[in-house]
Amino acid sequence: MIKSELIQRISAANPHLYHRDVERIVNVIFDEIVDALARGDRVELRGFGAFTVKHRPAREGRNPRTGEPVPVEEKFVPFFKTGKELRDRLNVPKKKGH
Amino acid sequence: MGGKTLTRADLAEAVVRNVGLPRNESQELVELVLSEISNCLADGEPVKLSSFGSFGIRQKGERVGRNPKTGEEVPITPRRVLIFRPSNIMKDRINGGQKGRRRAAE
Repeated sequence: MIKSELIQRISAANPHLYHRDVERIVNVIFDEIVDALARGDRVELRGFGAFTVKHRPAREGRNPRTGEPVPVEEKFVPFFKTGKELRDRLNVPKKKGH
Repeated sequence: MGGKTLTRADLAEAVVRNVGLPRNESQELVELVLSEISNCLADGEPVKLSSFGSFGIRQKGERVGRNPKTGEEVPITPRRVLIFRPSNIMKDRINGGQKGRRRAAE
């Protein structure tokens, strides 16, 4: 599913809303998550998962071709941890044996 | 800089603020967005949200784990795990927001 399909489905379930408003709603939700992470906040959506930002300190990297050391700046990377309910839904037990 | 935790309520509030819908309807819409994504993933279908990132599913094989307390070996059953790949836009905005444009200072 891509974003336009998500918007389509939300639209279909809410016929009283204009399509372009549904588009704005979906974008507002994801922009709000990105804004929060950019501030260093975390976003915890119970049952779905949590978005956090991890700090990667500056380090000395190496140019793999020449072996020359190059400084790598510190950076912040977004991280998602799947919520318990969603994790369980991915692994509904239907296996045979054990 | 930050340290707060946002929840569904904050996302619904953003919808109220930006789109002007009533609060309870905004809450329902946030919930609907999350459940549409969850349903897709539970069915094994990846979800790609441009300018945000993509959620994919990876199949993990069986491997041997260890109970960290007792040191005892335990089998870890094959399973499906969710992986999130942030878009470059998200990565850039997070680095821009945390420490400002370092490049510009150089």
